Amino acid sequence: MSQAFDIAVVGGGILGCATALRLAEGGMNAIVIEKSDLGQGASGVNAGTLSLQIKRVKLMPYALRGWAKWQAMGAAIGFHQTGGISLAFNQREADLLQERMTMKAEAGAPITLISGRDARAREPGLSDRVVAASWCPQDGHANSSLTGQYYRHQLRDARIAIREHCPVTKIDQTDRGFVLHGYGETIHARRLLLACGGWLKGVAALLGVDLPVRARVNTVSVTERGPRIMNTVVGHATGLLTMKQKTNGTVLIGGGWQGRGSPMNGRGLVDRDTLIPNLCLAQYAVPEIARLRVLRSWTGFEAHVPDFNPLAGALPGTKNAFVLGCVRGGYTIGPYISELMGDLILGRDPEMPLFDPSRPFDIETATRRIL
Amino acid sequence: MTYDLAVIGAGPAGASATIEAAKAGLDTVLIDEQRAAGGQVWRAKGPAIKAAPATPEGKTGDRLRAALAAVTADRHFSARVWDIERHTDGFRISAISPTGALTIETRAVLLAGGAQERVFAVPGWTLPGVIGLGAATALMKEQLVLPGNRVIVAGVGPLLSFVAHEIIRNGGKVAAVVDLNPLSVWLRCLPDLIGSPGLLVRGAWWRLRLWAAGVAYFHECGIRSIEGDRAVSRVTIGAVDANWCPLGAATQTYDADAVCLGHGLAPATEASRLLGADHQYDGGQGGWKPVTDDVGRTTVPGLFVAGDGAGVQGAAAAQLQGRISALAIAEDLGLLTTREWRRRSAPLILRIGKAQRFGRAMTALTIPRPGLIEAIAPDTLVCRCEGLSRHDIEAEIRAGANWPNAIKSGTRCGMGPCGGRYCTETVTELACRITGKTPGEFGIPTARPPLRPVPIGCLSGEFDYDDLPIPPPAPL
Ligand SMILES: Cc1cc2nc3c(=O)[nH]c(=O)nc-3n(C[C@H](O)[C@H](O)[C@H](O)COP(=O)(O)OP(=O)(O)OC[C@H]3O[C@@H](n4cnc5c(N)ncnc54)[C@H](O)[C@@H]3O)c2cc1C
Ligand SMILES: Cc1cc2nc3c(=O)[nH]c(=O)nc-3n(C[C@H](O)[C@H](O)[C@H](O)COP(=O)(O)OP(=O)(O)OC[C@H]3O[C@@H](n4cnc5c(N)ncnc54)[C@H](O)[C@@H]3O)c2cc1C
Repeated sequence: MSQAFDIAVVGGGILGCATALRLAEGGMNAIVIEKSDLGQGASGVNAGTLSLQIKRVKLMPYALRGWAKWQAMGAAIGFHQTGGISLAFNQREADLLQERMTMKAEAGAPITLISGRDARAREPGLSDRVVAASWCPQDGHANSSLTGQYYRHQLRDARIAIREHCPVTKIDQTDRGFVLHGYGETIHARRLLLACGGWLKGVAALLGVDLPVRARVNTVSVTERGPRIMNTVVGHATGLLTMKQKTNGTVLIGGGWQGRGSPMNGRGLVDRDTLIPNLCLAQYAVPEIARLRVLRSWTGFEAHVPDFNPLAGALPGTKNAFVLGCVRGGYTIGPYISELMGDLILGRDPEMPLFDPSRPFDIETATRRIL
Repeated sequence: MTYDLAVIGAGPAGASATIEAAKAGLDTVLIDEQRAAGGQVWRAKGPAIKAAPATPEGKTGDRLRAALAAVTADRHFSARVWDIERHTDGFRISAISPTGALTIETRAVLLAGGAQERVFAVPGWTLPGVIGLGAATALMKEQLVLPGNRVIVAGVGPLLSFVAHEIIRNGGKVAAVVDLNPLSVWLRCLPDLIGSPGLLVRGAWWRLRLWAAGVAYFHECGIRSIEGDRAVSRVTIGAVDANWCPLGAATQTYDADAVCLGHGLAPATEASRLLGADHQYDGGQGGWKPVTDDVGRTTVPGLFVAGDGAGVQGAAAAQLQGRISALAIAEDLGLLTTREWRRRSAPLILRIGKAQRFGRAMTALTIPRPGLIEAIAPDTLVCRCEGLSRHDIEAEIRAGANWPNAIKSGTRCGMGPCGGRYCTETVTELACRITGKTPGEFGIPTARPPLRPVPIGCLSGEFDYDDLPIPPPAPL
């Protein structure tokens, strides 16, 4: 029999890689198994926004701690603290902004409400149609393209085994743990962590577990390099815009507009009918970007469960198996919540509470809420 | 309205397909980003040079344009297709035209977007004054502009002697033609060429004219370096072996102010990849190409591809392929009976073999060999958009990024305006050399819209803020 690992982590995104690092630190012999390349899922194609203004109230304490981890990673992942501004273009949006940002500020984010004129003073490229705004000096961004490269180096330095281009297609349970099969490989492990993002439902099903996971298909676009037209992360009261100009002059535009497709069949597709309004909104906020050419638009799968809280804990009904995923704003929060997850698996007491995957889900209200 | 067929690209393949489709009764629309039909090979003269004397390529193009004008089909020129989406009952094409955004709904699509140039890096290739062999043909055909006053023409394939010939015909000076292949490869493929005597004679004629003009034509030679302060001023060449690897010391240095450099053509597959068709690697047809049957059907229902985009086989084959695909689409859509399809396609199928033999023999001359990579110095830029050298890319591969998307994410290679058109091939060869993979195993980066860079302002157009379909806010 081949060597048995203390734990097999399925999924080489931020959550899988960062948890594996924590586990190795704690003395476990871990392997990360990834169906494509490390950091080519949500973790490598997201908009890289580290903004507190778009984090959920309940997750704010985690976001603040995650943010500090990114700051510590620094240049290796392209960390930039630029401050961020969220915009309202009419009274309805101004009210929404006030309600939402007040709650986020109460949860610990240093967010203040400012006037449209103050917003333009901070970000001269903004359109004069801004009626109200909010400001958070801690907002910023990192370069999500570097996720794979960064974690590949980290895992190697920590002597964690990596299998890339190895999709796990079958998992057997034995009295000694788990046998994972994928792409001609058989891997034995005493414990198992599922950290496979938008693909969680399908992979948990290999163990007969039904997780109420769905995937959103978020769209991001990037322009060619242009002269400097903005310095901060520009957002919208609804959260449906994130935009920043990187140091190389390209502008990255996101906001969670929905493309087409599902993780079970391919990569997901950009939908022109949502891409164009996404770009219109960006142009409405910063009119100068009209002149820049879009070079590429793409999609990524972001997993969620009906209550939009993370799954972080024991996999229901399966001994020695764990699951970590569905973290809204999981790029920002990922490095931190993964440490908590690692601690839980190591039998330590996590510093903050985790999110039990066995909790009941009210699927119906949730459906109504997304529609 | 929904068309039966949208043809993207009005080169030999697309224009011929449109004519055939219209005759078969299909509601057809033709879209091309150029000002007129003709594609690369029969590119129409630009408005500034209308009075220039006609060339054989120009005349063939004029005949095709006249035939196209005589059929009933909608056409959009100067219209750039930036997205194609497949929906349950057909396709939706988005284009930007001089009059604004264009949306076309259609039951079937024929991709006839042709090929793109393949240029492998050599030291100094990013200096101003270096252009692709194909770009040089376009410059001369459309604007009668010479690439330079004293030009080195280098690389592989049939475009070498054509470009050198055109430079001389238009009054320029060719310092030397530098061909990686030995003369014997031409003799070896003679049996495939004699089936198309017209083309063979033209090729021989170009060589004869170069010889008569006293142009030095070096076989088994490659560029060692291109030098100059701000632009090309000197080019050094040297011998190569059968693998195109540099052999011995450099032999000769030329004063030159321009270099036309090219290493063959590759099918332009962005659109077929965007639509999710299966692709395969075939070095003999220019590399990655969509998997098709004999009539150009891809693995995506309703999606066809013809011409160089289906595998580089040249203009003569492209024309026939376009017509055959159009007839097959007419049959698929029920506008031709099987019997009628057979009757109309049989003579075309009979003729295409010879054309394909010729085209494939030409493409085979350009299959990349290891020497193309040997000639790249560690500090030579491979990805010019992002300023990445051979060393930068190899370091990333050696650090474990073994696949196209991983290399791209880690280095930004291919993320610039060219969308990887100029570096993908070099990166593939570099990665295969280090990892031992074949190009087919290595794969190709994911294709995404837009198919061409488009200004945000063109996509947004005029809009009312209140009409934007902004979804409800994210959960708090
Ligand atoms: C387009 C987009 C934009 C976003 N923008 C932001 C943002 O600006 N800020 C922010 O904080 N968050 C953002 N997010 C959210 C964030 O990216 C995610 O929450 C986070 O990356 C999730 O990490 P993960 O490791 O769970 O998932 P992933 O990164 O998707 O990793 C899961 C991995 O599992 C692998 N896998 C799947 N099935 C198998 C299998 N059978 N065998 C082996 N491996 C398998 C996948 O290939 C994948 O690499 C965005 C998400 C998307 C999609
Ligand atoms: C740069 C270049 C120069 C060449 N020069 C010569 C030559 O001088 N002699 C020779 O024998 N062969 C030449 N070739 C090879 C020659 O192109 C082919 O053998 C032949 O033209 C193939 O015909 P086709 O119809 O498949 O494609 P093409 O003739 O290339 O026609 C493709 C057409 O599609 C259009 N198109 C592509 N994408 C889009 C889009 N997204 N939106 C709108 N329109 C689009 C293009 O504008 C073009 O008109 C050249 C190839 C290239 C790439």
